[in-house]
Amino acid sequence: MTATETILDARACERTLRRMADEIVERTAGTDSLVLVGIQRRGVQLAARLATLIEEREGKPVPRGALDITLYRDDLQTVGPRPLVGATELPVDINDKQVVIVDDVLYTGRTVRAALDELADFGRPARILLAVLIDRGGQELPIRADVIGKVVTVPAGSQVDVRVSELDGDDSVVISPAKARGT
Amino acid sequence: MTGLGKDLLDLESLTAEQITAILDTAEPLKAISLRAIKKVPTMRGATIVNLFFEASTRTRVSFEFAEKRMSADAVNVAIGNSSVSKGETLVDTARNLEAMKIDMVVIRHQASGAARFLAERIESNVINAGDGTHEHPTQGLLDLLTLRDRWGSLRGKRVCLCGDVLHSRVARSNIHGLRKLGAEVAVCGPRSLLPNGAEEALGVTVFDRIEAAIEWADALNILRLQLERMTAGYIPSLREYNRVFGVTRDRLDRAPRELLILHPGPMNRGVEIDSDVADGPHSLILDQVTNGVAVRMAVLYLLRGGRPDLAAAGVAAGE
Amino acid sequence: MITRPLLLTGGHLLDPSIGLDGVGDLLLVNGTVAAVGGNIAGPDDADRIDCRGLHVTPGFIDVHCHLREPGREDVETIATGARAAAAGGFTAVCAMPNTDPVTDNQAAVGFILAQAAKANASRVYPIGAISVGMNGVQLSEMGEMVAAGAVAVSDDGRPVVSAQLMRTALEYARTFGIPVADHCEEPTLAHGGVMNEGVVSARLGLKGIPSESEEIMVIRDILLARRTGGRVHLCHMSTWGSVELIRWGKERGIAVTAEVCPHHLTLTEERVRQYDTSAKMNPPLRTQRDVDALVAALKDGTIDCVATDHAPHHNDEKNREFADAPNGIVGLETALSVLMTWLVAPGTLSLSQLVEKLSCAPARVFGLPGGTLRRGSIADVTALDATASWTVQGSDFRSKGRNSPYLGSTLTGRVARCIVGGRQVHVRDGVS
Repeated sequence: MTATETILDARACERTLRRMADEIVERTAGTDSLVLVGIQRRGVQLAARLATLIEEREGKPVPRGALDITLYRDDLQTVGPRPLVGATELPVDINDKQVVIVDDVLYTGRTVRAALDELADFGRPARILLAVLIDRGGQELPIRADVIGKVVTVPAGSQVDVRVSELDGDDSVVISPAKARGT
Repeated sequence: MTGLGKDLLDLESLTAEQITAILDTAEPLKAISLRAIKKVPTMRGATIVNLFFEASTRTRVSFEFAEKRMSADAVNVAIGNSSVSKGETLVDTARNLEAMKIDMVVIRHQASGAARFLAERIESNVINAGDGTHEHPTQGLLDLLTLRDRWGSLRGKRVCLCGDVLHSRVARSNIHGLRKLGAEVAVCGPRSLLPNGAEEALGVTVFDRIEAAIEWADALNILRLQLERMTAGYIPSLREYNRVFGVTRDRLDRAPRELLILHPGPMNRGVEIDSDVADGPHSLILDQVTNGVAVRMAVLYLLRGGRPDLAAAGVAAGE
Repeated sequence: MITRPLLLTGGHLLDPSIGLDGVGDLLLVNGTVAAVGGNIAGPDDADRIDCRGLHVTPGFIDVHCHLREPGREDVETIATGARAAAAGGFTAVCAMPNTDPVTDNQAAVGFILAQAAKANASRVYPIGAISVGMNGVQLSEMGEMVAAGAVAVSDDGRPVVSAQLMRTALEYARTFGIPVADHCEEPTLAHGGVMNEGVVSARLGLKGIPSESEEIMVIRDILLARRTGGRVHLCHMSTWGSVELIRWGKERGIAVTAEVCPHHLTLTEERVRQYDTSAKMNPPLRTQRDVDALVAALKDGTIDCVATDHAPHHNDEKNREFADAPNGIVGLETALSVLMTWLVAPGTLSLSQLVEKLSCAPARVFGLPGGTLRRGSIADVTALDATASWTVQGSDFRSKGRNSPYLGSTLTGRVARCIVGGRQVHVRDGVS
């Protein structure tokens, strides 16, 4: 693959998120004790979208939070100059809640592992579910998503980027060939 | 992301970008001290030695909390400072630490230049926790963070350091840091306690009278006056110092604007600062202490990531 | 010891004491100059040294150095010091008495002379202490020391704190016709100071020694010399203020002489950089204004001569926090080259003027033989290569000390040969 390919445009993203929102509520049997926690950075925007969609459906408020996992990464010794640490904000006590972790792309699973460790420092949820917009396979840990927007197969080395209008100007999912990465 | 290099020895050699990066990193780290579990695993397994040749409770404890909250293993070494029994030389101490495979050393020493001396001889990261009368960079940083929290930006703000600037490493670090972030800096105190030619050497305005400093400044950073200065003949008495240079409620009430008050501690209440000022509404002294832990956590975090070669190779954040 | 005559041929003879500046030969017989200038045939049994391409000058004389023996033979001995001196072109040095034990009696003076004779390199003239044990209280036995061979008295390393003692010393030394050399430092002003008080010390957080610490003692000593008629020699001058005071004294005909070290003529306090102890000495390196004034003073004669204040220290001692490291740098083996690079090459001083300051003037100031190639004078000669370029490496030093701020510097000008009493005591490696 030599060129960038858009596999989900704005409209497709919206449909997918709508379906994911329904799936989440189905899995959690309603919004009681539901908390959505997005992983910095784009997981936060996706979590907010999902929470809004669920609120429209169910008519009840859904608490949403943000989790920055930088300090819990397992690769800090090898990733070069320190990545900036973003904000972690959990608006409610997560003890005994059904926490749905929201991230844009599930790949190696290490980010989710870090998020699980971090949540453990905040409390003990009744259960934790994982919702991702894109599952690209290639997990390096025994971690799987409960709610998946789209499963995608890409050649090794390719990059899958989720774009959200709040940060990137548009909503889409883009696959590009391997190139120099930064944080 | 601006790397810090191997060591944090002073603020004089840092750029404004690097200082800002440290403050920006410290900001989210403050939240950790507010959690139920005041710990993140980031520096798990890192061994840090707090090598204190000068007695210090607050700085050492602050570093220790910072290290433990980052899950590092901290070892405290307090070395007696008797001129009779100097014990092991700093060179040998350095070699021994190296042989024990220490990751980082936090050093406080009575000789100016001691931190650099150590850093030049060992591979471990070295953090200067105060070297003689030279610099105390983490104190400077936490003072900057405290002021920045209040003002948003330090550019154009006027900060006056009051007291024994001649012997103050806190003053030097503050002067360098404030100037790099665009603040205007002044010093105020008896001339016998100000470096000769301070204007040229340090790039500051000099006020002979505290009233003039209060009139000019947006914030005062009040330095501790040490009893030894009196016995060494720099000033006639502590009583006179308070009468002429003390920051008192009366003097502050005559200030044309709201003046923020900083003090690195420990305070000599009634000498350089009166209690009603120290405990008053504009005092940021306790904020300084809180910020101290966050700033030190930020410094530990930033120093341990010094592998720019990997950043160039583009290793991505774990997906 | 009988040595064969020595004929130096084809060198550029440079001796300001007799107005000599041109190519010619030099014949040394029985330890004295037999003939100088022009073409000299020389006796058949003479050893010949081809000095083409070299300048041939009277041997340099260092009136201020520390040879550490007795007491600190680990950092220098009279033998290693004398060899270092010869390698630097010094045919004679005056050794300061701050040894352990202090050179404050005739036996100690004799010991130094005996060690120097064994070393068979440059001459060593002992300087006796002003006070017993350098305690600043009681006069030492100057008469006995001079009779044993001492050429001056000094408590260098320490100032003579008591004005009364300095006065008495000047009066008493007058009897024996020797100068009293003072290390000018007002102790309460200098107390605890480790470098020049100025912008660098303010930035580095180090306690400074103000210029006035030196100047106060300079004017004191000049006034006491005036009162007593004694001869005072001011060691290692370092400030422009001192220069002004010396000029004042000389204008009034007071018997004051002064020396300056190569490092004070070439380096400033900036050289301390980030606490580099190889730039730590007393008096400290000061500002460019001081350097400029000292150079001008050397040139116009306000300062009489150059001296090295060669002060070896062990690496372990210098490898310490700045405040704890001892003061001092070595200088015998770099003095000529440093001054040629910094002062002669840019044209500030001519080579002839430099030779005057390194040889003729020191001899005159301390009343020592040598400092000239006049017929009949002692056969102390230095041959130098004015164009040689070399990089200073501690491993090349004959001195045990490696503490020099010039390590790694590339210098122009180097001593090729050094001859003492008609015997060659140093030949530079690589010179045939």
